[in-house]
Amino acid sequence: MIDYLLTEDQKMIRDLCRQITEEKITPIAAELDKTGEFPWEIIKVIAQSDLFGLVIEEKYGGMGGGVLDVCIAMEEFSKGCGGVAITYAASGLGTYPIILYGNEEQKNKYLPVLAKGEKIAAFGLTEPAAGSDASAIQTTAKKEGNHYILNGTKHFITNGGDAQIYIIIAITNKSKGARGVSAFIVEKDTPGFTFGKKEDKMGIRASSTRELIFTDCKIPKENLLAREGQGFIITMKIFDISRPGVAAQALGIAQGALDAAVKYARERVQFGKPISSFQGIQFMLADMATQVEAARALVYATAREIDSGNKNVGSDSAIAKLFASDTAMKVTTDAVQIFGGYGYMKEYPVEKYMRDAKITQIYEGTNQIQRNIIAQALIKEAAKNKKK
Amino acid sequence: MNIIVFIKQVPETTQVQIDPKTNTLIREGVQSIINPFDMYAIEEGIRLKEKFGGKVTVLTMGPPQAESALREAISLGCDEGILLSDRAFAGSDTLATSYTLAMAVKKIKEFDIIICGKQASDGDTAQVGPGISTHLDIPQITYVKKIEEVKDNSAIVERMTEEGFEVIKAPLPCLITVVKEINEPRIPSLKGMMRSKKAAITTWKAIDLQAEEDRIGLKGSPTQVVKIFTPPSRPKGQIFDGAADESVAKLVDILKSQLI
Repeated sequence: MIDYLLTEDQKMIRDLCRQITEEKITPIAAELDKTGEFPWEIIKVIAQSDLFGLVIEEKYGGMGGGVLDVCIAMEEFSKGCGGVAITYAASGLGTYPIILYGNEEQKNKYLPVLAKGEKIAAFGLTEPAAGSDASAIQTTAKKEGNHYILNGTKHFITNGGDAQIYIIIAITNKSKGARGVSAFIVEKDTPGFTFGKKEDKMGIRASSTRELIFTDCKIPKENLLAREGQGFIITMKIFDISRPGVAAQALGIAQGALDAAVKYARERVQFGKPISSFQGIQFMLADMATQVEAARALVYATAREIDSGNKNVGSDSAIAKLFASDTAMKVTTDAVQIFGGYGYMKEYPVEKYMRDAKITQIYEGTNQIQRNIIAQALIKEAAKNKKK
Repeated sequence: MNIIVFIKQVPETTQVQIDPKTNTLIREGVQSIINPFDMYAIEEGIRLKEKFGGKVTVLTMGPPQAESALREAISLGCDEGILLSDRAFAGSDTLATSYTLAMAVKKIKEFDIIICGKQASDGDTAQVGPGISTHLDIPQITYVKKIEEVKDNSAIVERMTEEGFEVIKAPLPCLITVVKEINEPRIPSLKGMMRSKKAAITTWKAIDLQAEEDRIGLKGSPTQVVKIFTPPSRPKGQIFDGAADESVAKLVDILKSQLI
């Protein structure tokens, strides 16, 4: 085992999240997957354990931790259920903009309840016609006196309908293009804010995904985050620091599948021997372990880079997310293969790991978009060096 | 409300082995945990505090490393931990143990309720809780599965029996021992874990308790363990899986041949 030199507090977070996963998540993961029920009971336990406040400053009731702390929690939760883990992380995604761009009133109003997990958050950017091309969003926010009036539809929003606090990205000045987009805090139960159908997903089924519909939804102008026109900058910066969380989710899913595969290979007897004695299986397990460990090293290193204060982390966090999610897809597919026919059955946990892994290659920017980010950074860096 | 919870650090039971030569538990390399029944006592103590205010003091008697059990209890929400640790306590049976613990309660003085787990998973005697209340001359209610009400200086509780349960009212202060039906122990919080790391644990020795020398430790223990052994495991049974009448005939033949 590689020693990642975690601090005492980080080991404590890991052990606590492991206990929550083993006692509260794993036992009901298959049931949540089947019913698609929102995991309120588990969310309550996570809240009582102070884990929603990991990255929130202590003066707002949080723990004052960093991205690596969140990654450790995500890795552990995801070993039990990727759906529960993303429910937790999506609230974090809706919290980061307030932490980083909220003014004092906004922080005082929202961060303490989010730190306690009394309310959970969500982030609304994606629209039916604006996925990878985020600049194609059509939701508008029109200023009228002391209010903004929101109109439009967001879709595929994690925690949609279950979260109480939403960060919504909307156009405030169409003529300015990407610089005419702003971020708003919108509370559930605001008149004109309703929810569409709950999506029936392939994996991460314990998490809820819904449409958010805004029809002349009137919000006070105090709910604007930062300044008008900063919506895209906020979005990009938030994704830079949230991507390692998704990478850690992928890592946890992969580790969970690997652990299950090793256990099964030792128990399953064919040709009179445990299948773990066959080199064909051994080599598969060895490759899986190597990929998982490489992903972990990358995720932790990236998280540390962000926590060290480096602001230019877009490419690094894209690399971590790309590699960890591709690893999760490969490792979970191989785990199903090692389980053979049993692996294809819902009675065993590995087919769920495989279904859950797939989304990590898609959301928080598809892996094709991640490659764009990485390549653009490479080319930009090379051009800069040439000028010198 | 001042609540006292007694806990014991025990070896994780599924792993315990006995040294065949010395007839003692092999403790090396075995993880220590809080006696599982005591987790319910801790939880109930914290719930009482959350409802009525006051504080929860958790005590244990044991070697210095038992301090970690107290820290775990503090991470869950107990306010203070006291460790009773002294070579003079070594070898205590349930009588000497309950006397020592009762002396610690006398030193604390002010308390409204004492909560213990129904028994420890290593000794399984279920005698220490009742022993403490006897030494203190306060009411005891064992096998409590629910605290219904605490008011007007008395407690109404439900006590498990083999047939059902009894509803009992007792004046405070009293001692209860709890069963696992009473609650679901919580998972610690990060803030609790951090507080427990820094918490000061008080250690009391025999002299601090003003305990009578011949009532503690080996000297104060009229019972002693002569031998511990693992009973031989029962041989595997035989299954006849033919038709019912054939199997019965076969069984009767075998019983006859063995003169049963």
